[in-house]
Amino acid sequence: MKLYLKIWRQKDASSPGKIVDYTLDGVEGDMSFLEMLDILNEELVSKGEEPVEFDHDCREGICGTCSLQINGEPHGPDRLVTTCQLHMRKFKDGDTIVIEPFRAKAFPVIKDLIVDRSSFERIQQAGGFISVNTSGNTVDANAIPINKHDADEAMDAATCIGCGACVAACKNASAMLFTSAKVSQFALLPQGRIEAVERVQNMVRQMDLEGFGNCTNTGACEVECPKGISLTNIARMNREYLSATLKG
Amino acid sequence: MGILDSKIPSGPLADKWTKHKNDINLVNPANKRNIDIIVVGTGLAGGAAAATLAELGYNVKTFCYQDSPRRAHSIAAQGGINAAKNYQGDGDSNYRLFYDTIKGGDYRSREANVYRLAEVSGNIIDQCVAQGVPFAREYGGMLDNRSFGGVLVSRTFYAKGQTGQQLLLGAYAAMNRQINRGKIQSFTRHEMMDLVLVDGKARGIIARNLVTGEIERHSGHAVVLATGGYGNVFFLSTNAMGSNVMAAWRAHRKGAFFANPCFTQIHPTCIPVSGDHQSKLTLMSESLRNDGRIWVPKKMEDAVAIREGKLKPTQIAEEDRDYYLERRYPAFGNLVPRDVASRAAKERCDAGFGVNKTGEAVYLDFASAIKRYGKEKALTSGIKNPDEATIIKLGEEVIEAKYGNLFQMYEKIVDQNPYKTPMMIYPAVHYTMGGLWVDYNLQTTIPGCYSAGEANFSDHGANRLGASALMQGLADGYFVLPYTIGDYLSDDIRTGKIPTDSAAFDEAEKQVRDRMEKLMSGTGIHSVDYYHKKLGKIMWNKCGMARNAKGLEEAIKEISALRKDFWENVKVPGTIDSKNQELEKAGRVADFLELGELFAKDALHRNESCGGHFREEYQTEEGEALRDDKNFKYVAAWEYAGEPKDAKLHKEDLVYENIELKTRSYK
Repeated sequence: MKLYLKIWRQKDASSPGKIVDYTLDGVEGDMSFLEMLDILNEELVSKGEEPVEFDHDCREGICGTCSLQINGEPHGPDRLVTTCQLHMRKFKDGDTIVIEPFRAKAFPVIKDLIVDRSSFERIQQAGGFISVNTSGNTVDANAIPINKHDADEAMDAATCIGCGACVAACKNASAMLFTSAKVSQFALLPQGRIEAVERVQNMVRQMDLEGFGNCTNTGACEVECPKGISLTNIARMNREYLSATLKG
Repeated sequence: MGILDSKIPSGPLADKWTKHKNDINLVNPANKRNIDIIVVGTGLAGGAAAATLAELGYNVKTFCYQDSPRRAHSIAAQGGINAAKNYQGDGDSNYRLFYDTIKGGDYRSREANVYRLAEVSGNIIDQCVAQGVPFAREYGGMLDNRSFGGVLVSRTFYAKGQTGQQLLLGAYAAMNRQINRGKIQSFTRHEMMDLVLVDGKARGIIARNLVTGEIERHSGHAVVLATGGYGNVFFLSTNAMGSNVMAAWRAHRKGAFFANPCFTQIHPTCIPVSGDHQSKLTLMSESLRNDGRIWVPKKMEDAVAIREGKLKPTQIAEEDRDYYLERRYPAFGNLVPRDVASRAAKERCDAGFGVNKTGEAVYLDFASAIKRYGKEKALTSGIKNPDEATIIKLGEEVIEAKYGNLFQMYEKIVDQNPYKTPMMIYPAVHYTMGGLWVDYNLQTTIPGCYSAGEANFSDHGANRLGASALMQGLADGYFVLPYTIGDYLSDDIRTGKIPTDSAAFDEAEKQVRDRMEKLMSGTGIHSVDYYHKKLGKIMWNKCGMARNAKGLEEAIKEISALRKDFWENVKVPGTIDSKNQELEKAGRVADFLELGELFAKDALHRNESCGGHFREEYQTEEGEALRDDKNFKYVAAWEYAGEPKDAKLHKEDLVYENIELKTRSYK
């Protein structure tokens, strides 16, 4: 198929960017979206032009590196997939596709379609852990029985890949879904309860410092999340935060 | 012992590690504060090592090319992690895990290392649970297990099909705790460009900031390389696009021996190649072989009809299917080790029974598991005389709970529903057992340069068993390196900070800059990927699942010629001093072009078949690998001597005191 691409090009963080038009022929349905961009880049390099830079790594939907706002949607039109798992069979011959970086104040553009998500790092560093030493001098793993339902729910929250689609989807550029997924994982497990109060307070404080917006319950994040992280986690974080504030 | 002193402690096998820990030197807590350690790579091995070393009090700097340590490729490991907990009461023990690993590796790994791995395996699970890793559990609240290839017990712990992700997020969380305390400085989007040696010791690295293009100098008293494997030398593999051998290869060029490069694992269950545009291959976890049955049609005309799209797999009667693994290996069936399963798939496809349009695919079928689970579920749910549709519906729910994410991934890529029609799979490059040679302390042949996880060669011999990579990465990082590195660093308590303005750093930085400028000066028209794909084709065709002397000799010549062409002509746009993904790729491919040749040379010199290394000249009448213990019971460690073809071979003889060498049999 033949596609008309409108791609955001930006030299670096301090330069202004703009949309540049490209026409690409010979795209097949079995290609992933990123393989389609590989072909475009191959053409650009052979013409001596600079290729379009975009973040990507595992290309199997788990590392969370790839991003892209495709026709206005993070990770494109398909549901429960990252851009690397989006296949071109979701598009048709003659389509125009607008490709932009994830947009948020807390995700400044580095180059072209690459954004800086280190704000997510700092939220995790503020409290996204259980303070146990890694020396291995702990109790036997089966000494802490955990209700299967709680373990499964914790696992569901823990599958967040930290891609930032929730932020890009949100009109407020809120990072509540991301932050709440980690808060929830630990809040649901007995090991995590011990520092639950400090954790939620520290992580929320950092989230606010980074310039992410607030949650107004539009639910766009849940719809666009490639891992299907549930809004329930935000409710749980709010409950945790409220109770921490009352205790604190 | 010569240069290769493995430093295996004396004493009985089961006591070696404890004895060693008691014998080695320690660094007192106050002195640890004066010692800097560089950790390159933040996957399971690097992340775990960084967190533990920082927790002990050392000053740690971590480096990763990704934008977050959490994105290292350990994250993509699916199926699970082994540990000899014997929670299932099925007769597991440290000894059995040790034995299975040595046997699975086709008797080409060190007894002492592997026993230590088995010994600390249980502790990994304790540790991870304490960190909040949400492993799968049974209704009683206890941890659940499943079974993997090459073993007869259930010792694999898992978190759905995302075990690597959860374990890595555990190590990442432990790192974050130390970053928060200021004990780890995390450098993301940074690539190690070279290792710096001062007076023969590893004392730092030259790194490139991938955002600004800036070249940076970082010093430390020791350098840990936990940078993963080199599967991407094949271009198409299950590795991440950025996975590369640069750090290990730079160390090799500075004096670290590279061991057994030809020991590569071709994983049997990956989604087949769909066309020339393909950029990477996707694994379907080995855990699927717990429930999936592998088959091809028995009759050639059926295979042909399927390839032409005239017949569907579900239309082929049970008696017309060849469940070739169950047929050839009745004892282990679909759960034979990976190398055996891969070769068997290749054998059937080469014989003309492949089931996709390229003829390079076999079926992995869940229909009988769905029925079995459906009946079970109907019974436990109290449904009497359930009809076929109910059974299938219930069975599909069970399969979804177990492997849902894998099935979804398959459907997105292939556009077929694997609940209704069998998956198509084919072997793909997945893991490299070879790597930097290390002694029992995980130190390379460069003093102060350590290597952990997939980057080293140590524990898996010629073939790795499923769910053992995660175990080894975490064992190295959490439990081995933090002890052994102290022994070395105890000599450095009075050294003081290593300056970065020395001649050694000047020289290393100059070499890095010269190399990049040379990469930018190519005058041809072809991109880096063009060369990478060409290299991959040579590797896959001549150094892949089956190798022979003629092909390997050709490969050596072809790779050498390709490398020359690359250095003269590769076209890299952009500049050195800015973000430049093409330049990043060029540096990595340049090293693959050297490693590939050494790989072929190693495969050519090893005149035997063992594990993942299958030389067509050395096989039994039944087509099984024919090992030669008399002549090849050693680790081949290669010393850099200019061109890869001139590399010098050193042999570490493998001594088996506790295990009798046998021909592997899974029949």
